[in-house]
Amino acid sequence: MSVILDIFTLLAVVTGGFFFLAGTVGLLRFPDTLSRLHALTKADNLGLGLVVLGLLPQTGSFMLGLKLIIVWVLVLFASATASQLIACKVRAGLSK
Amino acid sequence: MNGALNIALAALILGLAVWSVIAREILAAIIGFVAYGLLLTLVWVQLQGIDVALTEAAIGGGLTGILLFGAAARLRDSATAPDAEPAPARVRWLAASVSAAVSAGLIICVFSLPDPAPTLAPAVAANIAVTEVGNPITAVLLAFRAMDTLLEAIVLVFALIGVWSLAADTVWGGRPGQRPVGDPNGMLTYAARILPPLGLMIGAYIFWVGADYPGGKFQGATLLAAMWLLILLAGLSDAPRIDRPALRIGLVLGPLAFIAIGLAGMLTAGSVLAYPDGFAKPLIVTIELALLPSLTLVLGLLLLGTPERSDEQ
Repeated sequence: MSVILDIFTLLAVVTGGFFFLAGTVGLLRFPDTLSRLHALTKADNLGLGLVVLGLLPQTGSFMLGLKLIIVWVLVLFASATASQLIACKVRAGLSK
Repeated sequence: MNGALNIALAALILGLAVWSVIAREILAAIIGFVAYGLLLTLVWVQLQGIDVALTEAAIGGGLTGILLFGAAARLRDSATAPDAEPAPARVRWLAASVSAAVSAGLIICVFSLPDPAPTLAPAVAANIAVTEVGNPITAVLLAFRAMDTLLEAIVLVFALIGVWSLAADTVWGGRPGQRPVGDPNGMLTYAARILPPLGLMIGAYIFWVGADYPGGKFQGATLLAAMWLLILLAGLSDAPRIDRPALRIGLVLGPLAFIAIGLAGMLTAGSVLAYPDGFAKPLIVTIELALLPSLTLVLGLLLLGTPERSDEQ
């Protein structure tokens, strides 16, 4: 059982790492701010989400797992808010 | 594996430090500096200094960044922008060589430290149980080195007085910062309505676990101050007038309680800042509890800056 959980952790964390890598490449390569934001939020949402998901079986305590999930939700909230703010600024600049 | 990771981390930090110094754009330099602070947090984690890591993340990565952004915005507005007239080459060379000399001196000092380094750690470890505080960092900061912590708390109030004293006479006692113009349907307002309850809870939690686990008043106060600033930034509330008596009492409450308990130690335990037997933990928690609101106010007000408008305007 624990071997299966370890494999699950490994797979989820590596996949999460892949999304971070993809998000970073997107941030560096995409042509305009809005699509760069899109790439960045994918790294936060999916990348961190998968890393947290992978770490959950390793925590061994309910409270620790809950804290990890709260960290993910807070990062989601912060990055969504920041992206909205940046995107609003960009659109206001475009329509001028 | 860990060694390679550490070397990569160190190289990245050095690179970011150089980038922050040589970046032409002031905003880019600040963003580099914030990232530098966050990476430094990882270094503290690697060194097992979780308390320091929390502080570095909150202050170095968070509040300092906002402070620098505010300073940059002010510089851009004022006529004497620094990039209007770059410093002459000899000044820059002088600055670079002084920095290099200081770095070289520090490196020489680090390498000539006696091995093993002189340490009080065994003595502290032998006596730490007396404080009944589970987190050794909190025990050291508030029992064995209480004087440092007390002076730290006072110096922050002095810094705030320094910032306030830059105000023009006409607006003395007024509110710091510009009048907030919030968009009631904007994303920031939404965040400022949703986040603070959660932030308050996490700030209080980090403060409370500080007795037994990494955390404490400084890290908790930074989070609380951040929530307050978020509400002000969104325009949901206005900054307080700095001549409000309640505000000023709140600012000095923590240091005063600390001093009072410290002086009381002279009577009850025989020396200043000593705690009587069996009362160490309740007194330490009391001091931390009194410092929490004061630190929150000081950190928030430091970021808000000098008073800029009186209510008549």
